[in-house]
Amino acid sequence: MAVAPERRRVRRWPLVGEAPYEGSRIPGRVPTILDVPNDLEDSEDVFRINFGPNHPSTHGVLRLIVDLYGEDVVGLSAVIGYLHTGFEKTMETKTYWKCVTYPERIDYVGYQNNELVFVLAVEKLLELEVPEKAVWMRMLLCELNRIHSHLVFLGTSALELGAISMFWYCFREREMILDLFELVTGQRMHTRYFQVGGLAEDIPEGFFPECRKFVEWFPQALDDYLTLLDRNQIWMERTQGIGVMSGPDAIALGQTGPNLRASGVDWDLRREQPYLAYDQVDFRVPVYPEGDVYARYRVRMDEMAESNRIVRQCLDRLERMEGLPWIADDRKVVLPPREELHTSMESLIHHFKIVTEGFRVPEGEVYVAIESPRGESGCYLVSDGGPKPWRVHFRSPSFVALEATPTCARGTLVADLIAVVGSLDAVMGDTDR
Amino acid sequence: MSTWQDAPGYVATREGSDMPTVTVEAERIRDACLFARDEMGFDMCVDVVAADYLGWGHKGVAGYIGTATGRDINAPMSQGFQHQPEVKPKRFSISYHLLALRQGAPRVRLQTWVDDGEAVQSVVSVWPTCDWHEREQFDLMGIPFEGHPNLERLLMPDDWEGHPLRKDYPIGGEPVRFSEEM
Repeated sequence: MAVAPERRRVRRWPLVGEAPYEGSRIPGRVPTILDVPNDLEDSEDVFRINFGPNHPSTHGVLRLIVDLYGEDVVGLSAVIGYLHTGFEKTMETKTYWKCVTYPERIDYVGYQNNELVFVLAVEKLLELEVPEKAVWMRMLLCELNRIHSHLVFLGTSALELGAISMFWYCFREREMILDLFELVTGQRMHTRYFQVGGLAEDIPEGFFPECRKFVEWFPQALDDYLTLLDRNQIWMERTQGIGVMSGPDAIALGQTGPNLRASGVDWDLRREQPYLAYDQVDFRVPVYPEGDVYARYRVRMDEMAESNRIVRQCLDRLERMEGLPWIADDRKVVLPPREELHTSMESLIHHFKIVTEGFRVPEGEVYVAIESPRGESGCYLVSDGGPKPWRVHFRSPSFVALEATPTCARGTLVADLIAVVGSLDAVMGDTDR
Repeated sequence: MSTWQDAPGYVATREGSDMPTVTVEAERIRDACLFARDEMGFDMCVDVVAADYLGWGHKGVAGYIGTATGRDINAPMSQGFQHQPEVKPKRFSISYHLLALRQGAPRVRLQTWVDDGEAVQSVVSVWPTCDWHEREQFDLMGIPFEGHPNLERLLMPDDWEGHPLRKDYPIGGEPVRFSEEM
């Protein structure tokens, strides 16, 4: 933790119209709306424009209402909800095994991680043990997915600042990852490969050599990106010192993941609260203190290298697990093996019951959090003991990241706004759910 | 060192498989959150979520299709529960999931219960991040947060009627939009 405890103790924010504490850049009256300063309020030179919802650099359908004084951003508020699809309501009407397809469509870039958090929440209520092979394979796919997500971030945010070649390079490696997903699951995105209890299928033959090829190749690709961007004068001037968010501000605004680590707070749920088998792999948590767009970019670059290392360690383990079970042996929850259906009456009954009625999950409420590519992705699940969730809620990191837009965009120029919004790396599907 | 028993409006603590749940009175929730932040060291509020328990434990309320009196394709549910779920004190629960950024990542769920129309104190002044979280719960669940600086709909359109995540909000029963524009 980089923030000293005494610093935290003095935080008081009782008065409306005041910033939460001294030195904070969070707007006073409403934390998510930057109001036009008093001396400019009646000025005829303040020009209000709509940024979005269909502007390509808003990564989807984000609308920013921006007050401009010349080129300076003096007022800002974000409007979201254009992609609200009511996933949480829909999931209340589906049995658990059908629900698994929904979380990945919420965050359609970090799909594998979102699928994981829902499956983990159900398993926690069921108190279900997951076989070791499934744990390591989940970890491998989640880390590949993290690289995929950061590549999309890198490609698009560089593209928005004019570096179009980055986009082609990033999508070249992204394509390799998607091919790996297709090899394992049959789907490039939205794989539905994680099942309550383990994995949907065994790891197919030929995956390990293909994945190794990627793992060996990727560090070179990362070097290429660094050569193109890292000390690039234009990139540095467009990103350094822009969109600054301090550590205490980031904590007060609930920021997690790369956005928090770029503000100098050393916090990663994979290390602090290990799930899956993250306590058995070796990785570093990159932290940068500057809190600007460049720091957020650097954190993600370093994280890709670390994820690649984790994938390599997962491969080493998984290659020795040939023939081990990939899904829990609990016939009340897990579908019986396909070949048994022809010979065993009990298996046929179990199969029929699970597919039609669904399995029942014990009564209770649970909140499970993981470190998704965007930060803390959480799933709050309430069960009444029936086969359908009573209430599902997703704590989406993108939603929280966008709350920081006015704080970060304070004092920037309108051209920097694109860099700032891009660096927060919000996926609108995740924001609006 | 303070304990949760000293929290303003403290009602009960329950251990859970994920984190302890501390129930507090709805009128004291802001003080309880200040206590959690300043005395117990929970510096981050990760999530605010409300749940509607209307029809909890009745047959087949969750997941009907159509209106409440319409067709019930939820036949499997109508077989009932193996045991009756625990009775809830009021209709809505509001849970504040708190996280302390220190060794071991301790978490706690502050929970409070309200009936339809009862207001809850806003905690935006304690954690600025609750701004959108509270607006979302107001929008989708219809919980009025008292003292919120900007309590408006967030995800649904401004002129939307009803609160979609409530259990008595029918699926497939939304009014036809754009009909007056035809």
